[in-house]
Parts: sequence; structure tokens; C-alpha cells
Amino acid sequence: MSNIPSELKYATSHEWIRNEGNGIVTVGITEHAQDLLGDMVFVELPDVGDNVTTGDDICVAESVKAASDIYAPVTGEVIEINEELEDAPELVNSDAFGGGWLFKIKMEDAGELESLLDAQGYANSIDED
Amino acid sequence: MTNKTVLHAKHLASGAKMVDFYGWEMPINYGSQIEEHHAVRQSAGMFDVSHMTIVDIQGSDAKAFLRHLVINDVAKLTVAGKALYTGMLNKEGGVIDDLIIYFFSDTNYRLVVNSATREKDLAWMNKQARGFDLAITERPEFGMIAVQGPQAKAKVAELLTAEQIVAVDGMKPFFGVQVGDLFIATTGYTGEDGYEIIVPDSAAEDFWQKLLNVGVTPCGLGARDTLRLEAGMNLYGLDMDETVSPLAANMAWTISWEPSERNFIGREVLATQKAEGSQPKLVGLILTEKGVLRSHQVVVTEFGKGEITSGTFSPTLGHSIALARVPRSVKVGDTLEVEMRKKLVKVQVTKPSFVRNGKKVF
Repeated sequence: MSNIPSELKYATSHEWIRNEGNGIVTVGITEHAQDLLGDMVFVELPDVGDNVTTGDDICVAESVKAASDIYAPVTGEVIEINEELEDAPELVNSDAFGGGWLFKIKMEDAGELESLLDAQGYANSIDED
Repeated sequence: MTNKTVLHAKHLASGAKMVDFYGWEMPINYGSQIEEHHAVRQSAGMFDVSHMTIVDIQGSDAKAFLRHLVINDVAKLTVAGKALYTGMLNKEGGVIDDLIIYFFSDTNYRLVVNSATREKDLAWMNKQARGFDLAITERPEFGMIAVQGPQAKAKVAELLTAEQIVAVDGMKPFFGVQVGDLFIATTGYTGEDGYEIIVPDSAAEDFWQKLLNVGVTPCGLGARDTLRLEAGMNLYGLDMDETVSPLAANMAWTISWEPSERNFIGREVLATQKAEGSQPKLVGLILTEKGVLRSHQVVVTEFGKGEITSGTFSPTLGHSIALARVPRSVKVGDTLEVEMRKKLVKVQVTKPSFVRNGKKVF
């Protein structure tokens, strides 16, 4: 069973969401997701300033095996992207919950966090896969 | 019913991620397929290929039978141990399978065919063998380990007996020799130096462990695929199948047209196709910008559409490469377009070979 930190929120499409306060969240993909995808070779990130809506495909994680869409887990504005992934996409594999983060969003409605899964809810959703 | 190779427990012990491969539970990687890929290009890696099918053809008509069965001519094999790569066609000229044939004598040959095609291959061979005096014998009691990379031969040598070292010393590419309980062949599917070694089931785990002990990296099917694609080697089921002519699969070099009286299965169809120049061809594609070319993506050319048969990210080159079947008028050096994720990207046409012995070759 892969690691699912209890302090994070999750989407069933395998994104993790960290509440940084002030309505800002950091988003990445879970250890489980990177394990399914295998070695990452390119990450196509959104642009800073993009306005995104929950459920939009805004990022592509391309592994040796497959290209996978990554969805905006909340509505808001992209305020920062992880530029290190340009040269080191493997960070998504080696440090999925840390250095492999993808982008930060300033949420339109901070209340949206409540509708995301907690660690137990995400663990259950993986078991159903 | 899932088949397991004799090395299954060794894979689990090395932390392999196992997947179903045409009914066989095989390692896809042991952590990182890219690191495994680099191990083969830079040092030495090993693959469990025990799922592949070994078939011995023995009897007074063995040579005549194989000269009929496959598109290359086993009569070219005159030195014991010499091997050739070729294809076995149906009557319509489509590829039933690709295979390697080792020659021991005119009455004794060994074939290695794919595992996914095992049943239809054996059925076809048995059907075609009617009237020939020979025995077709599958040899499931062996494991097979491919040890590949610039240091592969040196690493293997540490495990061989004095007699085996003498037997393989200076052995040219595409030869195999039985010494002691090992059949050691200078073949492979990576574009690197190395061996493919057939070992009795009873000795396979021990041999695998000894290879681990001398520092050979275990590699899964993931790395096997990126390595063979960099080397421009076909994968049956993707780059060709029963509906594809060898002329459209970069296998023309495996056809022996001479002597003209040799009547191999599919000959007439191939001769017509060749005269017409009607078959598409398999080329290499390179994409230097971001993105990864994938099987079945459409290739747009001024002569009509083509299709990617195999595509991947090349860990050695740092960008994507692919094999694609395109109209015959397409030339090396041309720029084509591929439909990728709803947009068109530009790709360069190369010969279908990208990396050999660790070096870029286009």
C-alpha cells in the first residue's frame, strides 16, 4: 500500500492538495498515481495566471508508458508552477508529495477544500479501482 | 491461468512490479525502467526471457522443411552454431511470427519464437511439417536469461567454467554454443553486446543470483521495450502481424530470393508486392520537442497517411522516437507531421535504427 499522508486532501483522479493558508493550495499527483504511470519524462504545466475551473484538464504528465491528464482540483488562478520539473520530471516519481509538486492555485472559494477527499476517502477510492 | 517463469520468485525478491504479458506474469520494472535502460547502455543488465518458446526441429528433412517454412534460407547456415533472424509467413504473405534459427547440423536446428504467438506458431509448423521426416519438439524445461550491455560478456565470464570461456571466446555475433549445461548465444534485443543464455530450469535461479552477485542489473519489460526500439528492432504484434508483409516491416533483409527455385511459403505474394512497389515501409521518426510518440498515432505525409507502430521516449537520446509505417515515397530526411493529442507536431524521418552500442546512429 502506498503512502497517503493524512494532512493532505485528495481528488479521485489522483491529485493531492495541500492547504497553504490564505486560500492558496499546492497540487501534485499521489505516490499511487506516479507508481501507475511509471518513469516520468515530461510534465506540461499550466501557465501562471491561468484561470482554471474544477475538473479542467490543465496539465499533462507524460511517462514512458502513457500521457495522463491532470485536472484542476479547485477553481481559481494558477499563481506558481514547479519549474524544476522542466529539467527533472523524475521528481514526480521520487518525491511525489514534496519536490514533485506541480502548481499552486489561489482558490476562488476556500470552502471548496471541504468537498475534496480526506486520506481515508482517497484510500477507499483506490481500493475500488 | 497465469504462467510464471522459473525466475518468478527472484523477481519478487528484487522488488519487481509484475504485470500480465500475454498470459505470463512478468516484471515490468524493478523500480525505474529508465535506470534499468541506462544500466544496459552503460554497464550490464539482464532480462528474464524464459517465457519465450524454444522449439527444436530434428530429422532428416529438417533443412528442407525450414527452407520451405521461413523467408530466409537456412542453407546459408553452414557453420555449427550460426544463427539467422527471419520471418514465418502465411500463404497471404503476412507475418505469423519473427524468429531466430540456430543451426547445429542439416538435421538439427533450434528455433526461438515469441511467447504470445506460441500456440499458433506450433500449430502452423505442425501443419506445414506433414510429409517431412522430422520431429518438432518444444523445450519448456529451460529458462532463458538475456545479459546485455558493454560489460555483459565480462560479467558472464566470471561465472563460466574454463571450458565455457574457451568455447565463447571470440564468438562472433549471431552464434550459439552448448557447453556444459548452458546454451550461450551472441544474440540480443537491445543493440548492445551480450549473450542470451538458455539454462535448465533446475539451474536458472542459481545462475540469476550469481549474475546479481557480480553486479548485473535486473531489467524488466519496460526497459526491454525502450532498448529494442532505440535499436530499431521490431516487436511482433505492434510493428508487424499476420496482416503485414515483411516488405512493410523492415524485414526485406531477412528474405532470401536466391536460389529462385526455393519455394518458401508466401514467396509468390512477396514477389508480386516487390515488383509492384506497392507496399508501405517502416521508417524511424524522431521528435525533438516535448511529447512522446505512441502506437497508432496517425502520420500525415504528402503521399497519404501512415501510422506509428511503436513509439516511446528514448532514455539514451532524451527525446521521443518511433517506428512508423508510411507510404513508400517518404524519404529519410523528410519532415512529416504526427497527430498527437489533438495537435500536429513535426517529426523527422530516419532509418529505423536510433542507438547502437550506446551511441546515436542517425
